[in-house]
Amino acid sequence: MTIRAQVGMVMNLDKCIGCHTCSVTCKQVWTDRPGAEYMWFNDVETKPGVGYPKRWEDQEQWRGGWELDRKGRLRLKAGGKLRKLLSIFANPDLPTLDDYYEPWTYDFEQLVDAPRQRHDPVARARSRITGEQLDEISWGPNWEDNLAGSPERIHHDPLTVGIEDQVKAQYEQAFMMYLPRICEHCLNPSCVASCPSGAMYKREEDGIVLVDQQKCRSWRFCVSGCPYKKVYFNHRSGKAEKCTLCYPRIEQGQPTICSETCVGRIRYLGLVLYDVDRVEAAASVPDEHDLLEAQRSVFLDPSDPLVRAQALADGVPEDWIDAAIRSPVYLLAMKYRVALPLHPEYRTLPMVWYVPPLSPIASTLETDGYEADPDEVFSAVDDPDAMRVPVDYLANLLAAGDGEVIRGVLRRLAAMRHHMRKREVLGEHDDSRPRAVGMTSQEVEDLYRLLAIAKYEDRYVIPPAHTELAGQLMEQKGTCGLDFEDGPGNCGAIERDVSGPPGYESAVDAEAFMLPGEDRVDLDIVQMLGDRRREDAEGR
Amino acid sequence: MSAGRVLLWIILPYLALATFVVGHWWRYRSDRFGWGARSTQILERKILGWASPAFHFGILAAAGGHVIGLVIPASLTEALGISENGYHWFAAIAGALAGLVTVVGFLGLMYRRSTNARVRRTTTPADMITYFLLTFLVLQGTWIAFAENLLGSSPYHYRDSVGVWWRSLFALQPDVDAVTGAPFLYQLHAVCAWAFWAFFPFSRLVHLWSLPVPYIGRPHILYRRRFAAPRRRRTALAARRRTP
Repeated sequence: MTIRAQVGMVMNLDKCIGCHTCSVTCKQVWTDRPGAEYMWFNDVETKPGVGYPKRWEDQEQWRGGWELDRKGRLRLKAGGKLRKLLSIFANPDLPTLDDYYEPWTYDFEQLVDAPRQRHDPVARARSRITGEQLDEISWGPNWEDNLAGSPERIHHDPLTVGIEDQVKAQYEQAFMMYLPRICEHCLNPSCVASCPSGAMYKREEDGIVLVDQQKCRSWRFCVSGCPYKKVYFNHRSGKAEKCTLCYPRIEQGQPTICSETCVGRIRYLGLVLYDVDRVEAAASVPDEHDLLEAQRSVFLDPSDPLVRAQALADGVPEDWIDAAIRSPVYLLAMKYRVALPLHPEYRTLPMVWYVPPLSPIASTLETDGYEADPDEVFSAVDDPDAMRVPVDYLANLLAAGDGEVIRGVLRRLAAMRHHMRKREVLGEHDDSRPRAVGMTSQEVEDLYRLLAIAKYEDRYVIPPAHTELAGQLMEQKGTCGLDFEDGPGNCGAIERDVSGPPGYESAVDAEAFMLPGEDRVDLDIVQMLGDRRREDAEGR
Repeated sequence: MSAGRVLLWIILPYLALATFVVGHWWRYRSDRFGWGARSTQILERKILGWASPAFHFGILAAAGGHVIGLVIPASLTEALGISENGYHWFAAIAGALAGLVTVVGFLGLMYRRSTNARVRRTTTPADMITYFLLTFLVLQGTWIAFAENLLGSSPYHYRDSVGVWWRSLFALQPDVDAVTGAPFLYQLHAVCAWAFWAFFPFSRLVHLWSLPVPYIGRPHILYRRRFAAPRRRRTALAARRRTP
């Protein structure tokens, strides 16, 4: 067993209002640059809908993620390593810009610079790829926002396959929900496995999946390897880019920009401890319906003293273990079991989980309208299948098609509403509903607090990164940062006596500077040390 | 020896080789970020789907043929029991085939780059020079492969002339006389090739050296540490390494 910590996210879809604030703030921070115009590290899709890029969920078309081969071994769906190298000159599974959209801007200058004329000047659309004027804009981000697409297109959504009769485009029978998406920062990331250059990696400390752009060589297999299509290709620089989980903020103990600015407060961030040695086995269970439990079994209970001891031995800092105990992600996924992973069948063990949305009981609303009994409108306790959003649709999204998982979650959420309404509105206290879903009233009330009124510190439990670990180097301040093995030298200082008495030795621990797996020093840290020394010298 | 001959067959090759070596060193040090294939497949994939593999496989085969023709002396293949005739027909047919595939792919890529507005806009001056040099090289090479080697009545024995000169450069004993007797087309091809190698490190062609062969033996998931825990304090072993 080797324990590592992972920063995970849960989004409560019950509260997403589809305002796109997360997308806009993310765009402003990360992808408002040439070559990145079409990228949305965070996007919000209306479901049912084809998504961004179009039909990303159809892995028969895009061949992202993992599958089991005939012998039951895990392998990339797009084929093995040799096959990748042979198709390196033309990736057969790569989406093109048209599968996303052609980004554009407007000739705003025209509005200011136009000469006096009879008619008001017009700002025409201009492509940000070719710079040419666009006569017609026929696709864009969120083109089908709020079911704005044509009724025929609704069944282009891959999730509706097999349940076409349940997904209706008629106004009276239509349903919709929002799905905000970022990179899943998977435990078993297929983008990392697909990268021929070895430029992509998962961070040991917090599980964030990143691209080393200095090593990226433009082979673009990460883009097709990710089943969520959350690695993008910068067509200017020729490098892969992706959601960074705002790691500069996370390292400071701050939530990601998308979480910070979420108007509906739907997002939760927290740590999950997991056993990295069991990841591959969990991703390889034969039955797709077992993947959820398999992933849960990889997560470890941070309150368990044995887990704590092992985590400490594996280098997880103590305050991180304490934070993992308070983690809302762990609570929602493991204790209350209301959060589910997005498309577990891709076998990537994603780490952004979702609380499925409740929806009104369609027949109750239709017959009784405003007169409907509030207890009945959301009463999924008895019959989740009567809800407006088909259980099978949610199951295709969050449970590899296993409707029972969805029903269980919806029952718990409905029981919570029911219980709280009884308590708050009617002043009654009734344990029967929580008991019916296997919870105590205290648990239900705690869940309610977490989902409905949790404060900032309860939604985002992010311990700051232990930068001082790198900075155990600080004790060596005053020594020369260049004095590592094969380094340029000791800046002319007197050679220290490393064979002197124990405890005296303070030579630079070059190995602590080294980037793991590389024969190279982490210059960030060297720079940081230099700054610190200079400050000290200036007498601060 | 005339100045022109020294310039063309001694100075130019060594200058090109020096630029090739120093250029790569400089590029890797100063522009690691720009080192890559700069794929444009995301902008256009239909033509690229057939043209890019054709061009790349074709030119790799052609490069292999050049290695066989230039590096391996005729005496060696004969010692291996391959007759001059057998070698000739293998080289002629394989070379013509590789040339044909390369030309088809190259034309496809040129067409795509010049007609597709999205791809055209990503074209840099370095790309233009690369395409310019490649056009000359590929056309000359394919012409030689077809007109001289495959269909010519008496193919020129470049292994006994151009090859000898090429190897002599690396032995630092340039044998200029070996090459000056070669037909004009061979000489032109050689001069263009040196220009090509001199420009190589400054173009996107450097992605050749990044061919990710280590991927084959690598574990699927890679992990890295950001804030190195004090994993290995400098141990006695490290101290011993430092003490003379």
